[in-house]
Amino acid sequence: MQQSLGQPAKRSAWWNDARVRGVLSQVFVLGGIGLLVWYLVSNTLANLETRSIATGFGFLEREAGFAVSESPIPYSAADTYYRVLVVGILNTLKVSIVGIALATLFGTLAGVARLSSNWLVAKFATIYVEGLRNIPILLQLFFWYTVITQTLPGPRQAFNPMPGVFLSNRGLQYAEPVWDPTYGLMAGALAVGIIGAWALGRWAHKRQERTGRLFPTFRVGAALILGLPVLAYVLGGAPTELDVPALKGFNFRGGGTVTPEFAALLVGLVLYTGTYIAEIVRGGILSVSHGQTEAGLALGLSRGLVMRLILLPQALRVIIPPLTSQYLNLTKNSSLAVAIGFPDLVSVANTSINQTGQAVEGIAIIMAVYLTVSLSISAFMNWYNRKIALQGVR
Amino acid sequence: MTPGDTLGDTPNSGAAITLESVHKWYGAFHVLQDINLTVQRGERVVVCGPSGSGKSTMIRCVNRLEEHQEGKIIVNGIELTNDVKAIEGIRREVGMVFQSFNLFPHLTVLENLTLSPIWVQKRPKKEAEQAAMEYLERVHIPEQAKKYPGQLSGGQQQRVAIARALCMKPSIMLFDEPTSALDPEMIKEVLDVMVGLAEAGMTMICVTHEMGFAKTVANNMVFMDEGSIVEMAPPKEFFTNPKSERTQKFLSQILTH
Ligand SMILES: Nc1ncnc2c1ncn2[C@@H]1O[C@H](COP(=O)(O)OP(=O)(O)OP(=O)(O)O)[C@@H](O)[C@H]1O
Ligand SMILES: [Mg+2]
Repeated sequence: MQQSLGQPAKRSAWWNDARVRGVLSQVFVLGGIGLLVWYLVSNTLANLETRSIATGFGFLEREAGFAVSESPIPYSAADTYYRVLVVGILNTLKVSIVGIALATLFGTLAGVARLSSNWLVAKFATIYVEGLRNIPILLQLFFWYTVITQTLPGPRQAFNPMPGVFLSNRGLQYAEPVWDPTYGLMAGALAVGIIGAWALGRWAHKRQERTGRLFPTFRVGAALILGLPVLAYVLGGAPTELDVPALKGFNFRGGGTVTPEFAALLVGLVLYTGTYIAEIVRGGILSVSHGQTEAGLALGLSRGLVMRLILLPQALRVIIPPLTSQYLNLTKNSSLAVAIGFPDLVSVANTSINQTGQAVEGIAIIMAVYLTVSLSISAFMNWYNRKIALQGVR
Repeated sequence: MTPGDTLGDTPNSGAAITLESVHKWYGAFHVLQDINLTVQRGERVVVCGPSGSGKSTMIRCVNRLEEHQEGKIIVNGIELTNDVKAIEGIRREVGMVFQSFNLFPHLTVLENLTLSPIWVQKRPKKEAEQAAMEYLERVHIPEQAKKYPGQLSGGQQQRVAIARALCMKPSIMLFDEPTSALDPEMIKEVLDVMVGLAEAGMTMICVTHEMGFAKTVANNMVFMDEGSIVEMAPPKEFFTNPKSERTQKFLSQILTH
């Protein structure tokens, strides 16, 4: 056997082995969590039993017996708890999805505006970001709710900016077309238009690669997407019947409604989250070195193309991870709806818990829904982030 | 080719670049002071001078990455003004290579090379890629085409940057210290490519302190200090018999290193 040059290492005690330590620490952590869960569950079950509260999700089948102020699906107090929770989930998803879309748009505009060389535009964006970012979201929700319900006139004196549209402290009422099979035809035409535009885009891209000739994809695509539904509308006999909101007693009946609660929640969430997204976008663009812009310009690219082909794709890599947490924050903050009476999941689950006493099940449902939504958003954004990750950058 | 023999006399086939009494200020700081310089078609000018003397600023004015405030700059017969389209046109004719490469890290080498031909010159992708491969062969790294810039060595990256500029088929090339960010063993591979360009008759302005390279390719040497052109002469004269004291001092510092 070869004699090594140094002293043969004296074998130290087995608990000094890094691998053993790694395994042991994990065993301890897992064991600790297991004990804690067992303690909590057995305690809860014992307590519920002494107070003779039934456990389980059987209550979902029972009649809820309370009304909600707005619902995307038909709902009445005679429906089950199951259905009212679905209403809450749908309301939460509605405000989160619209909120995420608008906050992204608004935040991106504000972020780019803060970088503008126009002094007024940049200052305005700065004041917005620094102002709203530093006020608690709950206060902002109260503020917008108060603004809408206190400064707007009552239904009898409602603003009527155009025929069929009324703005009052009961929200925004607008005329809605009465359902007609033609609208189904239009939806089909829209789908065909979108698929057609997509196929056209691919074909144009292929042809550009082959021949270098550019095709006005945007204009022709837009014509397809807008034109086909219009064509379907005309072919379907151009139905014109409208469900116009009308004052009945103290409120409006008929038509579509944006309630003050939804509007206040949406405006609050969008403006508040928009400030964070603005900073994320600004930081992302600033993180791309100025040399990248110069190299693009030196190649004869226009400023617009430099932004689109060079800056934004690189900024996106920096923007996506913090943007994900803002999307999650917005979704979770939407539970503050309970404070201004918008029937989101937390709000209706709260009422259900109060009526049934099934707090553990109620909270479990809320947590499961938020977890599912959050993990879905995370998974999508992580997938997207991996898709655009930089190669070979160490 | 060994340092010492030059690539021939200064061509006299019409001006490619003319700077006439050009002045530029950064705030109160007078960074370019009365710059007059004419570069003939096919001529190669090497610019040197101490740090902060305005060398980068001067050549960046030629493709208007910086704006001058007084005087005239004329490139290929077109004066640089605020006309955005004219500027973009000139930038297509003028390739630039930076000290820090500035490759686009989110694109492969091949995509770096074909970006501008496809989007600016509207060439078919196939054709742009074929041309790009030819230029990659010219800088001796065709096998790296599918890699990303972050996977290449500094010398390879700079050669890609040169190829990227060449893909636009420019008539003029500007180099701003293209080898100063490179390890010594990589400097030669980049300089070799540049010598090849010079031999092919490219009009070049090159800021560099590689005096061996300067002696080989330059028709004219320009020495700048404190925002002015202090001395301009063919390399033989410039290196053996500099007129100004400041040039002498600079050369003695740089050549003893
Ligand atoms: N954007 C700017 N704002 C203010 N001053 C600047 C700016 N860019 C350059 N300068 C100043 O202008 C002077 C000339 O800079 P320049 O980069 O042209 O020098 P250089 O000769 O290329 O130097 P080096 O050899 O270090 O690259 C320097 O003093 C520099 O500090
Ligand atoms: Mg410089």
